[in-house]
Amino acid sequence: MNFDDTAQEADFRARAREWLADNVPANLQSELELSGFGHLHLHSTDPLQAAKAWQKKKFEAGWAALRWPREYGGQEASPIEEVIWRQEEGVYSKLTGPFNIGLGMCGPTVMAWATEEQKRHLLPRLAAGEDIWCQLFSEPVAGSDLAGIRTRAVRNGEEWVVDGQKIWTSGARNADWGLLITRTDPSVAKHRGLTMFFLDMKTPGIEIRPIRQMNEEAVFNEVYFTGVRIPDTQRLGEVGQGWTVALTTLMNERLSIGGSMPTGVPQLVAMAAKLDTPNGPAIDDPAVRSQIAKYAVRASGLGYSAFRSISALSRGEQPGPENSIGKLVAGQLMQDVARYALNLSGEYGLVQDHDLAVDGGRFQEMLMRSPATRIEGGSDEILRNIVAERVLGLPADIRADKGIPFDKIPTAAGARP
Amino acid sequence: MQFDFSDGQKELRDSVRRFFADNCPPSIVRGVIAGETSHDTGLWKAVSENGFLAAALPEAFGGVGAGYLELCVVAEELGRVLAPLPSVSSIYLAAEFLLTAGSEAQKQRWLPKLASGEIIGALALAERPGETTPALIEARVSDGKLSGAKMPVIDGLCATLAIVAARDEADALSLYLVDLSGPGVARSAVKVIDQSRKAARITFDEAPAELLGTTGEGWTLVEAIRDRAAILTAFEQIGGAEAALTMARDYALQRFAFGRQIGSFQAIKHMLADMYVALELARSNCYYGAWALSVNAGVLPLAAAQARVAATQAYQLCSANNIQVHGGMGFTWEFDCHLHYRRSNHLALVLGGPSFWENRLIGQMRPTAA
Repeated sequence: MNFDDTAQEADFRARAREWLADNVPANLQSELELSGFGHLHLHSTDPLQAAKAWQKKKFEAGWAALRWPREYGGQEASPIEEVIWRQEEGVYSKLTGPFNIGLGMCGPTVMAWATEEQKRHLLPRLAAGEDIWCQLFSEPVAGSDLAGIRTRAVRNGEEWVVDGQKIWTSGARNADWGLLITRTDPSVAKHRGLTMFFLDMKTPGIEIRPIRQMNEEAVFNEVYFTGVRIPDTQRLGEVGQGWTVALTTLMNERLSIGGSMPTGVPQLVAMAAKLDTPNGPAIDDPAVRSQIAKYAVRASGLGYSAFRSISALSRGEQPGPENSIGKLVAGQLMQDVARYALNLSGEYGLVQDHDLAVDGGRFQEMLMRSPATRIEGGSDEILRNIVAERVLGLPADIRADKGIPFDKIPTAAGARP
Repeated sequence: MQFDFSDGQKELRDSVRRFFADNCPPSIVRGVIAGETSHDTGLWKAVSENGFLAAALPEAFGGVGAGYLELCVVAEELGRVLAPLPSVSSIYLAAEFLLTAGSEAQKQRWLPKLASGEIIGALALAERPGETTPALIEARVSDGKLSGAKMPVIDGLCATLAIVAARDEADALSLYLVDLSGPGVARSAVKVIDQSRKAARITFDEAPAELLGTTGEGWTLVEAIRDRAAILTAFEQIGGAEAALTMARDYALQRFAFGRQIGSFQAIKHMLADMYVALELARSNCYYGAWALSVNAGVLPLAAAQARVAATQAYQLCSANNIQVHGGMGFTWEFDCHLHYRRSNHLALVLGGPSFWENRLIGQMRPTAA
């Protein structure tokens, strides 16, 4: 039980620290520290350009896509080295935001399923931040039941013609490439009629509409496909093998270690210490202390769980489904902490105006963003199912659509075109 | 970074777990609950002979000299099997008090006997309801003689040595060693919620008492040792929580209702998932506590409060939901669910209740430059 680096790790950390000291965009530090929940908030400069510049700089110096093979733009670093890098990069790692879906999910899927030529073309561009990728999976009728997607791809010679609609696509408006799952055979069982493609997001027939979110942002999008043509050479895996390919993507989603998610607990402690009441600072009230302590051990538990995952990684073990608890805990915690911070503020807690609100409106912003955290990338309920089934070994849910051809599965009235 | 127990420590865990699986079935726990003795003497002898509980004590005082990480490993296994043994009182508390504050002569006199299990030690703090604070302590020492009453003294029935908080003629709060087999000591059994770890009311009437540590520093010492004991106790709590979760999981797989295993219903699956989450968060907090204990880190008070608060929550949740999953059968005396329910609520209060530790945690987290 120790927190010491091995000699090799210490050497890596020293090199990372040295390079970062000379190269970070220090002028953005304070803005990045305040940029929290949701997406990158920068006022002094265009966030996307800042992100691209930092990614390019890292790539040229050999600090991008660390774990990828060298021929695809990586450094073949170990998992623990990647963790050390993230620790050292600190607040500047927020600039990697626009590339996370590409680096963490689309890239590994392309690496596993594309041709050598495609990989050598696409992956270094992704690693260097030249291309942004998005993931076109969810649909209005298929969220948690992802394999129930309906976007059709019909073969036409050496091409496929795609019609349908995707939703909740983060960053679609900035994306150069998309990873797209389609239904190519509705007459077979749900999981068997799917096929995966990648496509240029400038292809004619794609229309992107931002979704106006309840928190007044518009990070998510709807993506409509009307007669969109994709060359068969951009198919990933066999026709009908799309679900297997999608699992590559989703498994990589889980590999990204939890625990680094913000929960707002340190900010809540600081806020309660500053908040005056007739009996002194709010944090001196035993009831307040008791409540914050309950949140605090969830936050510290997440942080220490991340240390356990990192230790397992450095021993060469693969993170298992137990890592599903990170987002499950963090999402609910963010929501609880935000509500409690507002509660402590009393009626003044209503104020969201950045210049007037307690802590610049941080907790109001958390309150309005946290419902999405509890849904995106696997809802709380799906994550509890994963824990129950894959960790505790409980039976899978009974599925009413099992083995039934997709086009015979019951749906809500009017849901099927 | 290696934030985990070593291979050697995991081997120790496996062998301790095998030992308890063979030697501490629920019938042993039930035997103590039903009987007069406050612990299972045969099991105590066997555990002591194996040196499990002396893991962290120095060899010079009859210990094994392995370390606190090893003791954490043992504690988790004690909790898992609901061991009806005075581990908290005698090892995590009494031995630690002596080790930290005892004079050379006091250590030589008592530690080897505590290490070998020949005698049992207990801590006597509480006198009346309410969180035990210095202001509530009225026991008096005058001219080396202690008078007053303490309740509950956990394992006070079988203990030979008591560490007692009391005030002297100048009102200074200090700790005293009292030989409970000596004169002026009267003890009676007090029924407690977990009778597998019984407690006593002890009255002292001019009982000979010997100062432990420095006059007036009794409470500082209590706080320091209580933090250390909290980490070890938290390991007993996560061991128990995991056992309760496993019981609930196994029952959910085995019990059928509405033509299905009840574990196939999301209401049950999600309840069990939440128990697992609470346990994992507690385990991670406990590991941090174990590390802090093993290197005597400056953050030990913070780590102790984190481990303690999280482990108490996890064990209380898992033991209560274990009954819920079992339905009516969980409420019977015959099923073992209540043994964990009792122990979880017992361990939640020894060393101070949840609110006490929540308060202490925030005290440690609060920005100091106010």
